[in-house]
Amino acid sequence: MSDNNNQWPLWEIFIRSKNGLEHRHVGSLHAADAEMAIENARDVYTRRMEGVSLWVVESKDITASNPENMGELFEPAIDKVYRHPTFYDVPDEIKHM
Amino acid sequence: MSPEINLEKAFQDRIDKGEKIEPKDWMPEKYRKTHIRQISQHAHSEVVGMLPEGNWITRAPSLKRKCALLAKVQDEAGHGLYLYSAAETLGISRDEMIEQLHSGKAKYSSIFNYPTLSWADMGAIGWLVDGAAIINQVMLTRTSFGPYARAMVRICKEESFHQRQGYEIMMVLASGTPEQKEMAQDALNRFWWPSMMMFGPRDEESTNSELSMKWKIKRKSNDELRQQFVDNSVPQAEYLGLTIPDPDLKWNEERGHYDFGDIDWNEFWQVVKGDGPCNKERMEARQNAWDNGKWVRDAAMAYAEKQSKSKSIAV
Ligand SMILES: [Fe+2]
Ligand SMILES: [Fe+2]
Repeated sequence: MSDNNNQWPLWEIFIRSKNGLEHRHVGSLHAADAEMAIENARDVYTRRMEGVSLWVVESKDITASNPENMGELFEPAIDKVYRHPTFYDVPDEIKHM
Repeated sequence: MSPEINLEKAFQDRIDKGEKIEPKDWMPEKYRKTHIRQISQHAHSEVVGMLPEGNWITRAPSLKRKCALLAKVQDEAGHGLYLYSAAETLGISRDEMIEQLHSGKAKYSSIFNYPTLSWADMGAIGWLVDGAAIINQVMLTRTSFGPYARAMVRICKEESFHQRQGYEIMMVLASGTPEQKEMAQDALNRFWWPSMMMFGPRDEESTNSELSMKWKIKRKSNDELRQQFVDNSVPQAEYLGLTIPDPDLKWNEERGHYDFGDIDWNEFWQVVKGDGPCNKERMEARQNAWDNGKWVRDAAMAYAEKQSKSKSIAV
């Protein structure tokens, strides 16, 4: 809306809360470059040991699916119940399955 | 039905089913505007809220209290940032929000227009002001707009420390010398009513309430939240041996709640409209911080541009 071009770009922040877990999106912030984005993310999002690793990605580099295409993207999975184990009848006395 | 009405109906159905709305989803323009207003004003409150407490950082009575206060004020900066980025998902820029704050177009919570005159005010603010904020924010963790709800979850996790460190300050003062207890009582006297005002106008005078409920932005009314605050605070004050400055405060057996006296709504509107004790001072401090920080923002940007240019030449 505002056309202030001197605004620091927006970065999306991802945190791995501990080794063994995936990085998870936590929010965004402004920074002049990637290095500053990591430093700012440390201050904004990990003041209480919330993470052991950070990813920063400039928001403009993310391509998101359009919610209006939700149907065509995700509906095809709805009627494929045969992809789930409960679709198949196996008697109770069969163990380890 | 026109396509617009269809969309509105589908939107309302999603809200009624308890679904969250995400930034790229279709939403009524009023829903977007209301959120931009509410979230940005919430962000401004966090940021301006640093000023009254910042006033005491260098004068904290011990290293322990100084560390706690610094950490709390830093959290409030973080809260402001979570909220600004939640508002930005709706298409307003950070600079535009800051412009609106400085021009007076956007408001912030009136509580921060009261001065912090003694160290005991750090106790009263943590206990009462953060306490009132928590009641509001816990409700907002279930608000319908996803980024706002997620910011609230993050904020609520951090708020409990704010309230407890404040209450502990009050406890130490209230069990200290008569002068210290007097300081604590004085801080309670000054912050009680402004804290009660934090929940906003009475339900019958609150213009946005109905729509806020329908869209599940709010899930409890101003008066319900205020009652909850009173019910929480009375036993806490009793434990401290301090007196809440309200002669009408009385347990109502039938309602199962405390009755309380009238808020001075003239004072409320006067402070909202800009004539509180510190409105001018707060805005000046924000404006100065923005102006004096300009060269830093520009230098960082120039450095980043230079770095990326020299990188692309090297490639
Ligand atoms: Fe906060
Ligand atoms: Fe707080």
